[in-house]
Amino acid sequence: MSAVMISKKAASRRWEKLPGKNTFCCDGRVMMARQKGVFYLTLFLIVGTCALFFAFECPYLALHLSPAIPVFAILLFLFVMAMLLRTSFSDPGVLPRALPEEATFIEMEIEAANANVPAGQRPPPRIRNVQINSQIVKLKYCYTCKIFRPPRASHCSICDNCVDRFDHHCPWVGNCVGKRNYRYFYLFTLSLSLLTIYIFAFDIVHVVLRSVDSGFVNTLKETPGTVLEVLVCFFTLWSVVGLTGFHTYLISLNQTTNEDIKGSWSGKNRVQNPYSHKNIIKNCCEVLCGPAYPSVLDRRGLMVEELPTSASLDGPTASSSSSKNSIAAAQSTKTTAPLIPNEHTPEDVKPGIAASLEKSHTSEEERMPTPLNTPCKSPTQDRGPSSPKEKVQKL
Amino acid sequence: VSVQFHNLQELRHNASLSNKVFVQRDYTEGTVCKFQTKFPSELDSRIERTLFEDTVKTLNNYYAEAEKIGGQSYLEGCLACATAYLIFLCMETRYEKVLKKISHYIQEQNEKIYAPRGLLITDPIERGRASLGSSFDPLILIYSA
Repeated sequence: MSAVMISKKAASRRWEKLPGKNTFCCDGRVMMARQKGVFYLTLFLIVGTCALFFAFECPYLALHLSPAIPVFAILLFLFVMAMLLRTSFSDPGVLPRALPEEATFIEMEIEAANANVPAGQRPPPRIRNVQINSQIVKLKYCYTCKIFRPPRASHCSICDNCVDRFDHHCPWVGNCVGKRNYRYFYLFTLSLSLLTIYIFAFDIVHVVLRSVDSGFVNTLKETPGTVLEVLVCFFTLWSVVGLTGFHTYLISLNQTTNEDIKGSWSGKNRVQNPYSHKNIIKNCCEVLCGPAYPSVLDRRGLMVEELPTSASLDGPTASSSSSKNSIAAAQSTKTTAPLIPNEHTPEDVKPGIAASLEKSHTSEEERMPTPLNTPCKSPTQDRGPSSPKEKVQKL
Repeated sequence: VSVQFHNLQELRHNASLSNKVFVQRDYTEGTVCKFQTKFPSELDSRIERTLFEDTVKTLNNYYAEAEKIGGQSYLEGCLACATAYLIFLCMETRYEKVLKKISHYIQEQNEKIYAPRGLLITDPIERGRASLGSSFDPLILIYSA
């Protein structure tokens, strides 16, 4: 195959082409929902109220009571912010959509399963029964993502993704709450409750102490921020503390908000929660101290698209993915292969590759196969300065 | 053996559906990662049943160890929480450590047992996604036709 100069398009990351209604920042490291207005409001309220607290109350309290008060407030504030940002920016456990080949395979399976339905009758809905802990759980088929949802997964219509262990979509954090970020969400609500109670309590203490010296009205004149803080804290208290209590209840039963709302394990038909360990401590431990699952959504894999500029050479579309996958992308070269990327181009490849399947067999052999060793190995990434010729071979 | 192993890597890229065997997930104990030890019929002529079952059982044990809830996971969770999860910038979680062990084990099994028989097990974490087939994240074996 003659190596002809081909023009190279700029490399792009996978997050740029992901389906679903998420927005990505920091080159794919940050993942949020599309509507972020309420999230900014949350940030503003937390930062604003704390700023007022540090400006107005803390100097007085540090002097008259103890300097530990503002120090602890700062620590608590930092923890709240850390948990909020972690919840908002991380992947909640999004399940990638089925690739065309996989979708076809599942369709075939479903057709086969429906084959014995007599003509004229509606085929049964796409449901798979799975037995979990001696109880039958129905796995539903997601028409958007074209997969059978794993147990406890659900499709979020706002983000247009299937999320594993879907809890709910929280506009306040601007993201879904799912398997991967649930504990951060819980710690966020818990620490925010503590922070709210803390600020509220010390506002009262401050007003009381100062009123003894200067009188109530003067106190309010000296520290006008107090009124705002008390107002914000008062309303926040009821909602956030209530939410924390609700989630504590859910955690002790190992349930998700989604399951609670739908009444999946409400007890009718002798249906019980098969995921619960029937032990509050164990349930809490599993949810809060369980393993931190890695993200299965490839956001930062590189995709290099090359356009063919001559008829003799078909520019292959190559891509390599980030840390977990050390194998360069492959194209099916068999003429008998289906005209869709094969099963092992998932982490790497976009559906657009279907167009470039006339790649020759020789150029595939020139490809640099990295051994299937530890997934921790860094992948072969196309480095910018390499010549186009090299690029053809270095798929 | 290494040549055969290399060939199997190539096969991995090109394998169509007919060359793959899916070892489905076993959900009887909940959503923990566990694979069915049922011996797939396609492997009948290619590998001894006991070897296959041993591999799957060992993998299941590894995953159970990774997801085990006990004293150590509780301590790790509390420590992580106390540092606002910043400690994971320096430290590896227990789960990640076991995942590495699993990768080494699979690689070793591939080299010693499966590659000589023309088979290849793919590490689930390399696939990293809910994949082909009926259930979530099956284990996939590829064989040369």
